[in-house]
Amino acid sequence: MSFGLELIIKIATVAAIAPAMALALTIIEIKGSAYMQRRPGPLHVGLRGFIFPIAEVIKFIQKEDIIPTKADKSVFKMAPAYIFISVFGLFVVIPASPTLIVRDLELGVFYFLAISSLSTIGVLTAGWSSANKYSMMGGLRAAGQLIAYELPLILAVIGVVIQAETMSLVGIVEAQKELGLPFIIAGQGVAFLIFMVAATAEMMRVPFDMPIGESELVSGFLTEYSGIRFLLFYISEYINLFVMCAIASTLFLGGYHIPFLPEEWVNFYGPVVLISKTFALASVLILIRWSFPRFREDQLQNIAWKILIPVSLVNILVTAVMKVVL
Amino acid sequence: MTTTIDPENLPFVSETSVSVEIETEGMILNIGPQHPSTHGVLRLVAKVDGEKISNVEPVLGYMHRGYEKLAEVRTYPQITTLVNRIDWVSGFCNEIPFIAATEKLMEVEVPERAKYIRLMLTEMARIASHFVFNGAYPLEIGALTPLFYAMEDRERVLDLIESVTGGRFHPNFNRIGGVKPAAGAGPATKKDIQDLPAGFYKETRDAMETILLACDKFEDLVGGNEVFVARTKGVGVLPPEVATAYGVSGPILRASGIKFDLRTTTDYLPYKDFDYDIPIGENGDCFDRWFVRLQEIRESAKIVLQAIDSIPSGPLQAKVPKIIKVPAGECYVRAENPKGEMGYHLISEGGLGPYRLKIRTASFSNISVLPWILEGVLIPDLLAIMGSFDFVLGDVDR
Repeated sequence: MSFGLELIIKIATVAAIAPAMALALTIIEIKGSAYMQRRPGPLHVGLRGFIFPIAEVIKFIQKEDIIPTKADKSVFKMAPAYIFISVFGLFVVIPASPTLIVRDLELGVFYFLAISSLSTIGVLTAGWSSANKYSMMGGLRAAGQLIAYELPLILAVIGVVIQAETMSLVGIVEAQKELGLPFIIAGQGVAFLIFMVAATAEMMRVPFDMPIGESELVSGFLTEYSGIRFLLFYISEYINLFVMCAIASTLFLGGYHIPFLPEEWVNFYGPVVLISKTFALASVLILIRWSFPRFREDQLQNIAWKILIPVSLVNILVTAVMKVVL
Repeated sequence: MTTTIDPENLPFVSETSVSVEIETEGMILNIGPQHPSTHGVLRLVAKVDGEKISNVEPVLGYMHRGYEKLAEVRTYPQITTLVNRIDWVSGFCNEIPFIAATEKLMEVEVPERAKYIRLMLTEMARIASHFVFNGAYPLEIGALTPLFYAMEDRERVLDLIESVTGGRFHPNFNRIGGVKPAAGAGPATKKDIQDLPAGFYKETRDAMETILLACDKFEDLVGGNEVFVARTKGVGVLPPEVATAYGVSGPILRASGIKFDLRTTTDYLPYKDFDYDIPIGENGDCFDRWFVRLQEIRESAKIVLQAIDSIPSGPLQAKVPKIIKVPAGECYVRAENPKGEMGYHLISEGGLGPYRLKIRTASFSNISVLPWILEGVLIPDLLAIMGSFDFVLGDVDR
């Protein structure tokens, strides 16, 4: 197969899967929160509430695309695209099986960490270009938060990399297969917790949603966005949730691998296994989102610098020592 | 005639004017009048340096409806309709001190049963008001879910109020010298006054017991949440001497450790017949203000439970003239409302309506301490503190 044809097929597949996953997660989030809060709307209205998210999408598309008079227009228009691109780019390295992967990069983990931090630019430009004080503060809060939580995220992954002796995500899954245990049990449990906390902060979900904080900053950097541009932010949020959880399940839960199933059929059950693990992780994050208030900005920084980073450094040390000893 | 426009002097022509406006040095942040957390149209002009607030100035009056002036051109029975709408979250409580002031000037003795019904409904309105706070406060800290639980329990109380008065928010139920015959009394029953609706006692008992359970649930869910505690403990401490200096009243004053409750010190309703505690806080921080209100729900539920056991029988209405005229005089009646002390200074010159009606509302005095308490706090704390004051803009502006 020529490179061009392969590229087109891969792009089309990712472009189909990503919004589908976002829609599925939206439905889980809406239905889950409605169960927790006993809201009748998403549970009973219109096909048992399943057309709720679709109605929401149609609503956003219909809405007027308003750009504030004083906004920096070109930057304002580009900001959602930065985030969207950075989130889409992460799909490249997620393995659904040893062969079902866009590209098995040798530095897959490194690529993931680098691309995921690109969204900082999008958030910061969105906040700055809106010409709104609330958006500006939201953007700055987001920048501070994303930079602070980039470190524990990287440090948590380093433990995994040391144990697996590779940076390729397929390689990491294969290492867990050889070990017979996922890394969450085989030594990286602490790293998993740090990774999930840092990923929650990266995604700006409750309890780390100060950049959005609708009760204090009136939705922060999203304040001035409406219509299709807001929808882009909204979809990227859920794609990001999917990608982060997919990476976490690849790194710590064994990814597409599941014991006792025949190895040669991995192309068939691999994606299902990966998606199941991903949705299970995402459901936990959704549960947390609807049960917790949000931290304050300084408390958030304290958690990153005083707890997560020291603990993850110790984790790296312990992993390295054990690697040499065993 | 031609007009020339100088592009240099046009406002906001150049896109770079953005950066002029956004400077961290002494930026002025307008919080409100359209802001999700100001409970209406309160405007706070905050001088901020980054996230830190150096100075806050509340701007009031966006909701001024002129009730004090309006009362001067209304007859006494018409005014209850107006005062219902001052603090709309607990509409029933607003009527009581006004009616009590009128009755005091007219020297009408209200039947015991009517007083008990008033007391029960006042406590129910207090429960409803505190449940709104209990739902809205975690929302301001960032948790959405408690709102739905609180609204569900508040609905039980509102249903009870509705079954008696016919109105959920604005009952307009008190009459000078008693209370209105309960909802549903048509022309046929006009002669023998219809009393509380059938099954009221049983439903009330059920609802109050559910509410007592709901309070335990809230104490666990919200008060036991580490993030909530981290956000509210030690935040916005209001020392008792500052609270008294600014005329703060109600649960906020009690959270600061001062045991002051007008239900025990005045006799506008027969609270002396009941056994209840007055919860007070220790530190005067946001957590205490939340917790005091939660405990007050429990105490109010206990009062209602006692009241349905001990309510005397008898008439609902004292003998009053068909056309109500209040003899010349002056009096001030104050009452413990959910938000704090509410007082009516009524001056009558003997006419059909008051000569002057000065309304002292709790929220107005309570938020006067905001500039003091918000000095030097962070923006997230501003919302936490403001939310813990539980003011209603109708109660501030009147």
